[in-house]
Amino acid sequence: MRTMTPPSPDGATSPADGGGKRSVLAEWQLALPLALAFASIFLAPLLMLVGVSFFNDDKITQPGFGQWAKFLGDPFSYKVIADTMLLGLKTVCATIVIGYPLALIYLDASPRLQKVLIFIIVMPLLLSVVVRTFAWIVVLGREGVVNTLLMQFGIISEPLRLLQTELGLVISLTQIEMPLMLLPLISVMSRLDPNLRDASSALGASRWRTLFKVIVPLSMPGLVAGCLLVFASSTTAFISQTVIGGVRLIYLPLLIWQQSLVVFNWPFAAVVSLTLLVSVLTVVSALSYLGRRSGGYVHG
Amino acid sequence: MGRRRSLADLSYSLVIGSLATLALLIIVAPVVIVLTTSFTEGRSLKFPPTGFSLQWYEALFDASKSRQIHRAVYNSLEVAAWSTGFGILFGSMASLGLARNRHRLARVADGLFMSPLVLPGLTFGLAALMYFTLIGFRPSLNLIIAGHMIVTVPFIIRTTSASISQLDPALNDSSQSLGASWFYTMRRVTLPLIAPGIFAGAFLAFMASIDNVPVSLFLSTARTDMLPIRMWGMMESTLDPRIAAVSGVLITAAFLLMLVMEWTVGLTRRMRD
Repeated sequence: MRTMTPPSPDGATSPADGGGKRSVLAEWQLALPLALAFASIFLAPLLMLVGVSFFNDDKITQPGFGQWAKFLGDPFSYKVIADTMLLGLKTVCATIVIGYPLALIYLDASPRLQKVLIFIIVMPLLLSVVVRTFAWIVVLGREGVVNTLLMQFGIISEPLRLLQTELGLVISLTQIEMPLMLLPLISVMSRLDPNLRDASSALGASRWRTLFKVIVPLSMPGLVAGCLLVFASSTTAFISQTVIGGVRLIYLPLLIWQQSLVVFNWPFAAVVSLTLLVSVLTVVSALSYLGRRSGGYVHG
Repeated sequence: MGRRRSLADLSYSLVIGSLATLALLIIVAPVVIVLTTSFTEGRSLKFPPTGFSLQWYEALFDASKSRQIHRAVYNSLEVAAWSTGFGILFGSMASLGLARNRHRLARVADGLFMSPLVLPGLTFGLAALMYFTLIGFRPSLNLIIAGHMIVTVPFIIRTTSASISQLDPALNDSSQSLGASWFYTMRRVTLPLIAPGIFAGAFLAFMASIDNVPVSLFLSTARTDMLPIRMWGMMESTLDPRIAAVSGVLITAAFLLMLVMEWTVGLTRRMRD
């Protein structure tokens, strides 16, 4: 026996005879502190949020379904929900259209170039979302780069309004969320067997055919994971939505913020944020279901 | 046939190449533009900037003019340090406990610990505000630290669990069969091997905490101001050009940190896996 072992409860109770079983038990117990923390400051607040949503008044004294009825009975709510989900889907599409080709280029690049590319891709992730949002104000503003360039080349005479439009917001979110699409994509793609692509081209398939018949189906898990992350992140990107979208484009996060921190109607804010939660989780599970089905199609 | 194929291949290279270039441009250009604009001589954030000066950096580093920003920076650093510290402790313990456990409950717990990554942050932020207020806590940095720990610990669990799954179980068994206690094996064999994974996750968690908006938005007050919320304030009403200088500092810091992390723990490799 080692005598160097410091006396500890584990050391004392796990002699060699029952060591295997005991250590499994001990390992499982290591998760308890975090489980307790999650129960008390994650699950409990979320349960309370559900509870608060079932109160009619903003003093939280009369229980009832009033706030839900108010929110779900208003056609405006559905427009905001739809706008928020569409914003997420548009951002997902834009990140796929330009992100997927970049992942393909990464796949073909030399190891040296790959290092540079992954650095460029990860770096924005370490940059504050607020900084990335601010960058787009400088780029899209009245005196911003886009307007200056377009006016210099005489394509437009008046500055275009790009801020406070949905187009400007989608462009900005495309950059802001791009790493979330690229990382899972690249991670799955670099595990693909390169022989598959060679085989496809040796059998006479064009590179387009190889892309859509071989690479895309096999990279589906990464693509789906990327879509989930981009969707979940862009639909709740409060700062980007309010600063670039302005107050005229109303999405669920802005509504939550107004109701809770400006109007102080907590029950209503709870209703809106639960709606956000449910709508995001619905789309996310639909996406991952589709992803699993397409995965089955490839292997089947 | 051959001709048609080469034409198709040409169109492939053209389309994929230009879209990828556009992607790179969209990723890099705004960062470069902000960095350039922060050195402007003018009073507005025009591009290209008019002349070169350090005026906004001087204004930013001036202790009396930018006291609020400085306080927000200190608060953000303090919260990030504590929440990452607790995250390392609880998160790596949980990973060690669950990463190899195939039991249903263990998978459920793992899913629960990772769920803040997909859960809309604002929903949790609002829930935390209501919960802490209704059970009678006064707003403080401690509450923000608790909230940040919840939303950043998944990063630590993810990289740590990845390191654990790459460990050779034989190492553990041989250490124990040679008579080492579970605790001794943990300290001398397991922990040193998974330390880079924990470290990489801790770095990501720290950065996520510095960057966090949804939790800070609801839990911070004027006294416990956090950097992203202050920066949001600087952009919301009239655009304060000092924000360009703040951005410049943050861009440089992120760049340097990224280099250091790449050299020490191979951060990008871990993020791809």
